[in-house]
Amino acid sequence: MIRIGGRVVAGPTRRIGPQPGEVIDRSRSLTFYWNGASRAAYDGDTISSALAAAGDRVLSRSFKYHRPRGILTATFHDPGCLVQVDDEPNVRASHRQVAAGMDVRALHSWPSLRFDVGAANQAVGPFLSAGFYYKTFIKPQRLWPAYERVLQRFAAGGRVSASSPHGDYDKRFAHPDVLVAGGGPAGMAAAIAAAEAGAEVMLVEEEHELGGHLRYGDEVALSRLQELRAAVAAHEQIEVLTNSAVTGRYDDNWVAVLQRSMPHVTERLVKARAKSVVVAVGLIERPYVFEGNDLPGVMLSSAVSRLVNLYAVRPGERAVVFTGNQSGEAAAAALERAGAEVAAVVDARRGGALLRARGRGGVTEVETGDGARVECDLLVTAAGWTAPTLLVNMTGVKPRYCDRAARFVPGDDLPSDVFATGGLVGDGDVDLLVEHGRATGLRAARRALETLDGHGPLTALPRLEPADHPALFRSRTHGFVDLSEDVSSKDLVSAAQEGYDSVELVKRYTTATMGPSQGKLETINTVAVLAESTGRTVAETGTTVWRPPHVPISLGALAGRNLEPVRYSPMQPWHEAVRARPIVAGQWIRPEHYGDPASEVRNVRENVGLIDVTPLGKLDLRGPDVPRLLNFLYVNKWSKLDIGSVRYGVMCGEDGVVADDGVTGHLGPDHYFMSTTSSGASAIYEWIENWLQTTFTDWSVHVTEMTSAFASINVAGPNSRELLRRLVDDVDLGPDAFKYMQVRQGTIAGVANCLMWRIGFTGELSYEVHVPAAFGLYVWEALMAAGADLGVGPFGLEAQRIMRLEKGHFIVGQDTDGLTQAFTAGLDWLVKLDKEDFAGRPELVWQSERSDELRLVGLQPTDPTVVPPEASQIVSGANEIEGRVTSSRFSPTLGRSICLGIVSADLAHAGTVVTVKQPDGTRVTARVMEEHAHFDPAGERLRG
Amino acid sequence: MIRIPCPHCGPRNSDEFSYIGEEKRRPGPDTSPTEWRTYLYSKSNPAGWTTEQWFHAAGCGKFIVAERHTVTNEVRATRPKPRFERSNAGAEAGGGSS
Repeated sequence: MIRIGGRVVAGPTRRIGPQPGEVIDRSRSLTFYWNGASRAAYDGDTISSALAAAGDRVLSRSFKYHRPRGILTATFHDPGCLVQVDDEPNVRASHRQVAAGMDVRALHSWPSLRFDVGAANQAVGPFLSAGFYYKTFIKPQRLWPAYERVLQRFAAGGRVSASSPHGDYDKRFAHPDVLVAGGGPAGMAAAIAAAEAGAEVMLVEEEHELGGHLRYGDEVALSRLQELRAAVAAHEQIEVLTNSAVTGRYDDNWVAVLQRSMPHVTERLVKARAKSVVVAVGLIERPYVFEGNDLPGVMLSSAVSRLVNLYAVRPGERAVVFTGNQSGEAAAAALERAGAEVAAVVDARRGGALLRARGRGGVTEVETGDGARVECDLLVTAAGWTAPTLLVNMTGVKPRYCDRAARFVPGDDLPSDVFATGGLVGDGDVDLLVEHGRATGLRAARRALETLDGHGPLTALPRLEPADHPALFRSRTHGFVDLSEDVSSKDLVSAAQEGYDSVELVKRYTTATMGPSQGKLETINTVAVLAESTGRTVAETGTTVWRPPHVPISLGALAGRNLEPVRYSPMQPWHEAVRARPIVAGQWIRPEHYGDPASEVRNVRENVGLIDVTPLGKLDLRGPDVPRLLNFLYVNKWSKLDIGSVRYGVMCGEDGVVADDGVTGHLGPDHYFMSTTSSGASAIYEWIENWLQTTFTDWSVHVTEMTSAFASINVAGPNSRELLRRLVDDVDLGPDAFKYMQVRQGTIAGVANCLMWRIGFTGELSYEVHVPAAFGLYVWEALMAAGADLGVGPFGLEAQRIMRLEKGHFIVGQDTDGLTQAFTAGLDWLVKLDKEDFAGRPELVWQSERSDELRLVGLQPTDPTVVPPEASQIVSGANEIEGRVTSSRFSPTLGRSICLGIVSADLAHAGTVVTVKQPDGTRVTARVMEEHAHFDPAGERLRG
Repeated sequence: MIRIPCPHCGPRNSDEFSYIGEEKRRPGPDTSPTEWRTYLYSKSNPAGWTTEQWFHAAGCGKFIVAERHTVTNEVRATRPKPRFERSNAGAEAGGGSS
């Protein structure tokens, strides 16, 4: 037997005989586990319907007070029905269907559902009252870590398993003519009418099947349901997505649909661009606020109809029905059919009132407004409806309060490509809803297909309006307004008394409407209680803004398939074969080093090394006006650059801040080739195109992005010339024929159309070669083979970074930041202010006139073994910030630590000793150097 | 996500474009700090119609001009190129062709 009162135990089955609209398959029984104990179910059961059939009443413990909770709405939004399923937390038990072998466990219950120590929180209620987050646990701040540990134990949410396998998630783009949100009678009718008019329709239904409230309605409803379903199925132009939710409607009918019904795919995010949208999301029944309204056994009337008609479950043995509408009567009828006794019907329309429910662990007694006490185990409330107006309001239309219907309605003036129908708009019988749906669907199709004119007359839109309804929000007693967050009407009243008298403030202060059901059940009652306690009307109080998503979207669905686009150079197979350590550099995956960066540095300084620099940005520039363009883009001069020569240049933004640097070569008449930093490649292309397309429209310049057309290899070290000579025979590599800062085109290892430029980021004699990408790997291997006796070896990004720091070359974005203008970066030698104009010139003119600017300087720590971490502060006095270390490495060449840093002007003199405060708080000293370069400042090695 | 009717490619999702900003005239070389920084940093940011540049990076690679309503996000017109004449910025900067 199920005991009424006292402990709640699973009793004999509450499953009743077959119902005409039931969704369970009695030929397919299955077993699952609830907190470790086995439970029987039928295919088609939700977790909560199966538990209700087994007599389980308590499905969870509440968030704050750990009060027992059971089925309230029997829908996705059921606040007390979040459970853990296997390793998936926060599953909606009134929506998720049971599968054989499922391991379902309760959340929020430690150590167990029945004996929950957290329930002691009820005894200290005031301690967790409104705004407790802001009042309690805040001071003293040093105790916060301890508070956090305790709070986490009681906090919401299930357990995420670190060993969960990666789920399958997907995305899809769709372009329906008409998207219908909601598959109830009006939505189905709209879809049918739109398809008949020739539109491609996507019909999205949150539940597992089409039908809406017809599914748990009477025989008339069921027969209309069959007709509508058959008509939908007959149209190939209607794509039906069940168990899917429209989570938002954005500009230009960009509609997000979360689809859960794909086989083998956990969730799929459908991004639909619909020509028109029909919002037919129906109504949500709202709870009533009274003392004891959260006890297991208190249910909404629609939940009772669902349990009886869809799942053939008797929700209780003896019921009291409190009703303000027909839904309460329907629930009473369903209960009688299910064999339950309806002990009392309290009709609010005839002055009936509900005072409180009593019981421990479940309802045992109800006290009505006239003082009568009725023993029962089920209290049904039918207090009215909430229109989920999110999708309509996302168009910018504000909800409007309809006083006589006691609910907010969508508001008028929808955009011309968004339509609303069904219960959202008004109340009516099936015929009216279908008629309105059809007329709306036809309009949506005509709008989508642009056939509004001249394709026959439109039937008039039938009158569909909200019906009158008593304003039932709260009884004379206080109860829970938000069952997800455990916020009571008393909390709202005290928040209002504390001065939080606007609905948006009350929401944030009390967290009402901020739990898993996100205000769908709570908002209207929150507004009503606040209105009452501030002496305003509901309309004056207004409602909070509904925000997307309508239902939670997992991060997996947002991410889609686990595909991360990356870029590799053609030499990647070689790097992998020798187990180079990869590093992520923007989209590129590059070798960081091949085992020992320091020995790679020594090999370049002593022999010869190869580095894969394919990610370097490369732009082919052609046309007679390229020199004008270069003069404008770079801070230095480009007018006199001979064919066969290259030049280093720095680009600044219009704010004078260093944006990029690189080398550009003059290859032939009207033909230049520009290299940019790896990270700046696409931005510089866009920057150049911007000037050419919008400002210098009369210049003849053509820009082609060549970054991945060439594989790029820097051959660096004293033996580099000898190595190249072995593979190049159509270019004279002699030191007088091919000088530093010159470019040649030729053939390397038989590969024609290669570019070679003699430049040196590493400070050694070196050649940067650009090889047609398809031959990149071949040339790399040829160089490796040809240079075996010269000591050739690969070097990675880290060795290159060490060597460039030894040479004092800055890296844009590392040694400069978003405020570093050219003179701060020490580019006095490069900036030519005597050019009439170039990008950023005005700012640089003004910067050149200031004397108090920060400067980039070379730094050497006093203790050569100390390598201060990058971003260490340079300080004076107690803690006055004077700058920072921007680059810092141990130099294998010099045997000491070397840095670049940005310091204030009065410290930027050679010989100044600065204090470097490291992240751990320790202080070391460093000397400001004469030059940025720590090694071979005269550059003799690279000019050899 | 709004759609932008590219004058070259037709209506496309705005994520194919990068937003450049309000259409503005670049001051000439003899600018003052006030004028220049107004050009760099001041946006009129109207609640209403605005004329702005977009770059169709994942499409035709063209800079276009769109008239967009910042409240409703309606794009009522797009054009291939900015309407204004360029200033003489940079005209004298180059050294001519080689």
